[in-house]
Amino acid sequence: MSDDHVYMTLAEGHEDDTRWAYGTGFEDPLHGVDTAVPDDVDAGELASLCVTLADDALVCAQRLAEWTTRAPELEEEVALANIGLDLLGQARLLYSRAGQADGTGRDEDAFAYFRDAGDFRNVRLAELPNGDFAFSIVRLLVLASWRLAHFERLTAHRDPVLAAIAAKGVKELTYHRQYAAEWAVRLGDGTEESHGRMRRAQEQVAPYLGELFTAYDVRDEVVTVLRQVTEAAGLPMPVYRPLPGSGRTGEHTEHLAPLLAELQGVARAHPEGTW
Amino acid sequence: MVTALLDERRARRIAEQVPDPELPMLTLADLGVLREVSLAPDGTVVASLTPTYSGCPAMAEMRAGVAARLREAGYERVEIRTVLDPPWSSDWITADGRRKLAEHGIAPPGAAPARAAGPVPLVLSPTRRSVPCPRCGHPDTEETSRFGATSCKSLWRCLACREPFEYVKEI
Repeated sequence: MSDDHVYMTLAEGHEDDTRWAYGTGFEDPLHGVDTAVPDDVDAGELASLCVTLADDALVCAQRLAEWTTRAPELEEEVALANIGLDLLGQARLLYSRAGQADGTGRDEDAFAYFRDAGDFRNVRLAELPNGDFAFSIVRLLVLASWRLAHFERLTAHRDPVLAAIAAKGVKELTYHRQYAAEWAVRLGDGTEESHGRMRRAQEQVAPYLGELFTAYDVRDEVVTVLRQVTEAAGLPMPVYRPLPGSGRTGEHTEHLAPLLAELQGVARAHPEGTW
Repeated sequence: MVTALLDERRARRIAEQVPDPELPMLTLADLGVLREVSLAPDGTVVASLTPTYSGCPAMAEMRAGVAARLREAGYERVEIRTVLDPPWSSDWITADGRRKLAEHGIAPPGAAPARAAGPVPLVLSPTRRSVPCPRCGHPDTEETSRFGATSCKSLWRCLACREPFEYVKEI
């Protein structure tokens, strides 16, 4: 038994055992998947599409995780953490695909831990602080509705790996959207206080809606869903007043860098570390 | 040739018996995540697994478990492949798996919702699902939380025997 390092002592005899690995050095989530990019797919475009979708998911997952120990009820904490875990899983698959497609062979850790805020392509809506529960619900409703509509179309993508990641994601995003929509109706159609908070949340989210609809044309579909929810909730459709700039081109709010500092701190302090 | 076939069948049986890390009463075959086991001409056992959910943290352990059991059984070269397409469905849980879940107080899933092509509709009216209590069999139960300790389960309680129970969600 080696006594010089606690980790070494603990790990002794468990070298092949991944059961308590939390941190960097994960096994590639696309391990053993056929990684070839089809000839008729532009590999560079595929890679940036994957990074964009992964960044939305990673940043959103991080914000959802922040609700842990802070949600109004234990059940909601479990729900938000579960949704965040699904999104984290989608991000891992998409980062791995991006690293294969762009020819660099970068792994998921390289994308998640070793890029700065300006390199991230997530929409700014994903990085805004959690605010109150109403804000988080309105944000989740918008992001899940957009992502579900977009993933549903991606199931027909010519890249079979992205299409398969999307098909899996559609099942998960369906219940993410369902969760947010049901809470939106409950709060919007609830007390004066909850209704007022939902109105305020809608106003806070509205300026960021346009960013979602520039690159991919699922706007009508998403608006139809949001209208369905707001009508059932007795809420108005938010008035859209776009802000200049876009997270899609790397222009972020001041909130992304601190989020990443927390997310990336340990990996950057020990860049070669695996555990 | 016959030996190879027997060998392949044996490898499959070994891989099929690996327990799921989160639902250990089920084998990976019961859960429907072990998609294929084959023996390559060079003697490599190729086992294909599919994740239940994108974020399933048990995936790495499943891979390690299958590889370890096959190596213990004398297969020196083992390759584990991840299959994403088609995505896992709770419909793939075998009849045996459903029986074992119920025996352990976990209600097995009903049929997964069929999905037409095109935009996924949002249904806001409450959907009544009838989930009989896995302990007393009473049909009068209610959902307490759509989300539970793992992605695949929700929390319910029986209004007759008052016992809480878990329910594997349809997906």
